[in-house]
Amino acid sequence: MDFILIAVAVLGAIGLIAALVLYVCSKKFAVYEDPRIAQVTEQLPGANCGGCGFAGCGGLADALVKGADAGSLDGLMCPVGGQDVMSKVADLLGMAIANGEPMVAVVRCNGTCEHRPKIAEYSGLRTCAAMNACGAGETACGFGCLGCGDCVAACQFDAIHMNPETGLPEVDEEKCTSCGACVKACPRHIIELRKKGPKGRKVFVSCVNKDKGPVAMKACKAACIGCGKCEKECAFGAITIQGNVSYIDFNKCRLCRKCVAVCPTKAIHAVNFPAPKPKEEKEEQA
Amino acid sequence: MNVRTFRIGGVHPEENKLTHDAVTQVAALPKQAIFPLSQHIGAPAQPVVAKGDKVKVGTLIAEAGGFVSAPIFSSVSGTVFKIDTAIDATGYRKPVIIINVEGDEWEETIDRSDKLEKVAAHPELTPEEIVNRIKKAGVVGMGGACFPTFIKLCPPPTAKAECVIINAVECEPYITADFRLMMEHADEILVGLELLMKGAKVTKGYIGIETNKMPAIELLTQKCEEVFGKSEYDVEVVPLKQRYPQGGEKQLVDAVIRRQVPAPPAIPVNVGAIVQNVGTAFAVYEAVMKRKPLFERYTTVTGKKVKNPGNFLVRMGTPMKDLIEACGGMPEGDNKLLAGGPMMGKALTSVEVPICKGTNSVTIISGEEAFRKEPNPCIRCAKCVSACPMGLEPYLLAKLAAVQNWERAENEQVVSCIECGSCQFTCPAHRPLLDNIRQAKTTVMGIIRSRAAKK
Repeated sequence: MDFILIAVAVLGAIGLIAALVLYVCSKKFAVYEDPRIAQVTEQLPGANCGGCGFAGCGGLADALVKGADAGSLDGLMCPVGGQDVMSKVADLLGMAIANGEPMVAVVRCNGTCEHRPKIAEYSGLRTCAAMNACGAGETACGFGCLGCGDCVAACQFDAIHMNPETGLPEVDEEKCTSCGACVKACPRHIIELRKKGPKGRKVFVSCVNKDKGPVAMKACKAACIGCGKCEKECAFGAITIQGNVSYIDFNKCRLCRKCVAVCPTKAIHAVNFPAPKPKEEKEEQA
Repeated sequence: MNVRTFRIGGVHPEENKLTHDAVTQVAALPKQAIFPLSQHIGAPAQPVVAKGDKVKVGTLIAEAGGFVSAPIFSSVSGTVFKIDTAIDATGYRKPVIIINVEGDEWEETIDRSDKLEKVAAHPELTPEEIVNRIKKAGVVGMGGACFPTFIKLCPPPTAKAECVIINAVECEPYITADFRLMMEHADEILVGLELLMKGAKVTKGYIGIETNKMPAIELLTQKCEEVFGKSEYDVEVVPLKQRYPQGGEKQLVDAVIRRQVPAPPAIPVNVGAIVQNVGTAFAVYEAVMKRKPLFERYTTVTGKKVKNPGNFLVRMGTPMKDLIEACGGMPEGDNKLLAGGPMMGKALTSVEVPICKGTNSVTIISGEEAFRKEPNPCIRCAKCVSACPMGLEPYLLAKLAAVQNWERAENEQVVSCIECGSCQFTCPAHRPLLDNIRQAKTTVMGIIRSRAAKK
């Protein structure tokens, strides 16, 4: 019987001492953390994708709370949560937040297998970065998609996939959070974050080939040849031609689609418009 | 014979020196010559001609675009057709000057005689004058890296040159251009070496040659005795054991003078050595003594299935297809076209790419050999670690690159990698080690540069 009593007493004493030590430590070495950080973190999506520019959601929450104390939330934005999450966070911190437009990743290459025949076979490491370092890749276009899917690997939201038929990545606009990971991953800088547009409607040049017209055409039938027809057609000054390739400024574009009609190589794509034409099928391969 | 080699790593690929005995032929003039503005390490050259200008052989067509840069000279006479873009050895379209060839008229200042000019007969050649003439003639390292030669001769104040090492190793399989050059122009090379030594203000010189080039070793040893025997210069021909990548500067310094070049940014001159390719020595001779700028070079066109592989003295700007035609054309079936040898050469997707200052070989790998084998999982054999001549751990670097752990890759000295490919060559699982490591090296170097820019 004694054994049990001794054991209980000894264990009880150890437990008591340990509890005391822990109590003292927790008081003495306590680090104050703003409770709002935890609250904000709870509101954030928790994907830790880094799309905001911070190491993870905790980093952004920290910056948001500090920003609120300093009186401004400018430049802090969770692209994944978007407007909904940010307004909740702003409420929590008692701040107003500017309205940002929802964005989406857009792949600006239309060099499908059909438009852009292979001229060589690459048998090295199958990543876009490695292939880009070796030269122009398997086709004659030194600007277009390399098709190894670095963007697919970079996406944390399963929002971009290779289409085996075209050899090009396709963005799932429902899932895309515009975190920009694919934009950074693409060694050819083909992917761009553009305004999602009303009902997802947008017009963009699906080519970044800076070669002169004839050279670009030789490499890919769907290349922008920098002819300038779209620039002349645009009534809103949204289109500029720089380095033999046309670019549509999405802040100026009014989605009239006149440029789409005049483009001789069909390099300008209009997507998510109601389809009078059956060829709208290829809208998302963009 | 006392045969030396470098102490860490290395491999011995099949030599395949098919053109060993093929006497150098003069390649035919091209119809149109293409001059990329970026044929060297450093800033691209700036064109000084315009469309329609008449040029002669040896006319300056583009001047140096910065301190680390080199001017470019026309190798043909004719009319400037246009300044445009064309695919160069990087695989991308880059700015080029295209010249339509008409006749073969040379600048009068170039001495075209065969007479051997000796340094002793030209007292006006001070070290400064030599360096200046090398700089003006656009001479760059002819071994492939194309670093402007004059910069190597002017070491930074923190380093002191003690010797000039001539790199006549030619450890890449297939290539024989340097060997043929040594057999055909030994006297000129030795004058070039003397100029390099005088320019760098040193009296000690070495010529490192691998023992698969015995005739060259014998010839140069004998000529060195004749030329330098009674002079102030002490030149030694060093026979080296066949081992790749002995032609790498750091490996050669270790093999010849038993000194290890520290990690980057250290360069061989930090341990007292200035390494110059044997082709560079010849180019220096021509530039200084004959006032002939760099516009020709020795190039091997080779491949197991090529009908008549050979060595050529070729004008720069000649498209590779002209040389391939001269050797009997592209073999049937799948081919891999390389600018350079099979170990470090750059695969190309166009035969229109011109011969540049650094094109020491056009190698055509045919059929099955052209394809890589399917990679298998790493079996932890550590062959790559034994093979790495820089003492790195390729399997680890490749893995770090694959998971994009750049910080650790930097700590593991990825920037020391010389991209020789020994790891990939030796890997029994055919893993794409170098592809990964090169990626990490490029990224880490970018990180280091941006960090330095911030400071």
